[in-house]
Amino acid sequence: MRYVATFHVRPKPEVRDPQGEAVRGALRSLGQDVSSVRTGKEIVVTFEATDPSAAREAVRLMGNELLANPVVEDYEYDLAEVVPA
Amino acid sequence: MTRIALLRYPGTWSERDFEHAFALVPDVETEIVWHDDADLRGFDAAIVPGGFSYGDYLRAGAIAKLSRGTAELRRFADAGKPILGSCNGFQILCEAGLLPGALLRNVGLEYRCDWINVRVESDRTPWTDGLGGEILRMPIGHGEGCWVADPDTLARVEASGQVVFRYCDARGAATIEANPNGSVANIAGVRNEQGNVVGLMPHPERCAEALLGGTDGYRILERLARVPVGTSPAVYR
Repeated sequence: MRYVATFHVRPKPEVRDPQGEAVRGALRSLGQDVSSVRTGKEIVVTFEATDPSAAREAVRLMGNELLANPVVEDYEYDLAEVVPA
Repeated sequence: MTRIALLRYPGTWSERDFEHAFALVPDVETEIVWHDDADLRGFDAAIVPGGFSYGDYLRAGAIAKLSRGTAELRRFADAGKPILGSCNGFQILCEAGLLPGALLRNVGLEYRCDWINVRVESDRTPWTDGLGGEILRMPIGHGEGCWVADPDTLARVEASGQVVFRYCDARGAATIEANPNGSVANIAGVRNEQGNVVGLMPHPERCAEALLGGTDGYRILERLARVPVGTSPAVYR
């Protein structure tokens, strides 16, 4: 079965995000009263797995071993089975 | 003769500078080793040079950590052999878990290309043996050199003497002004618990001869010629 996992990777709350701080400054120059900006990334992975539990296991491996660095980042994911049209 | 492997990943750019710098050190010979078929048997030490391995995609060093070359580095480290990672090499060693902490975008977002000073905080490594307390002037060139660790890791690293280099002013004071990238506690380089693996953001290979404006990098590189040749693990705990 085919699955699509969407990873949301963010710096941990206690980790400073200089990119977010720069974006906050730019949003303020747009006249927006923005108190905080945190940046992250979205990674969309399409893959095959035999069943939902194998898919979840694969997703955790991808997240823990490569897509996020557990020292400084947290991640969440959405997992969906692709239903053939 | 001490044999040193210079590991090259796609995007590594400082291996030839290391090759040149080590050519100035007596009793040392180097070989540039391609990561994908790296075999470090027969080498006494390994360098992970700087650059932009895999274009810094995902995170600096993140893709390189899954290369076969890094698996070979892990075996080499486990055998107690000296490994030095500079700049992107430091990032790779942290990503691979061979060194504690992580390297983030510089605070201030600037790419910093400058001469800085570091104080040698630990001489319990093959690269700093005899250099304890010395102030070394070396160049940096990086956008992601802000070393961070969670409070528990930081406390452990400090308590166990794993901080090897700290950014400081010319007199050796670790001031905020002397910190080029926002690294926690001005940390510019760390070692593993055993002491055989060291990473730092500065470039010792770019300051190994007077013509290049400084020779303090040579002082780090030449320590290796004193590492016993052969297979016995050099443990500097």
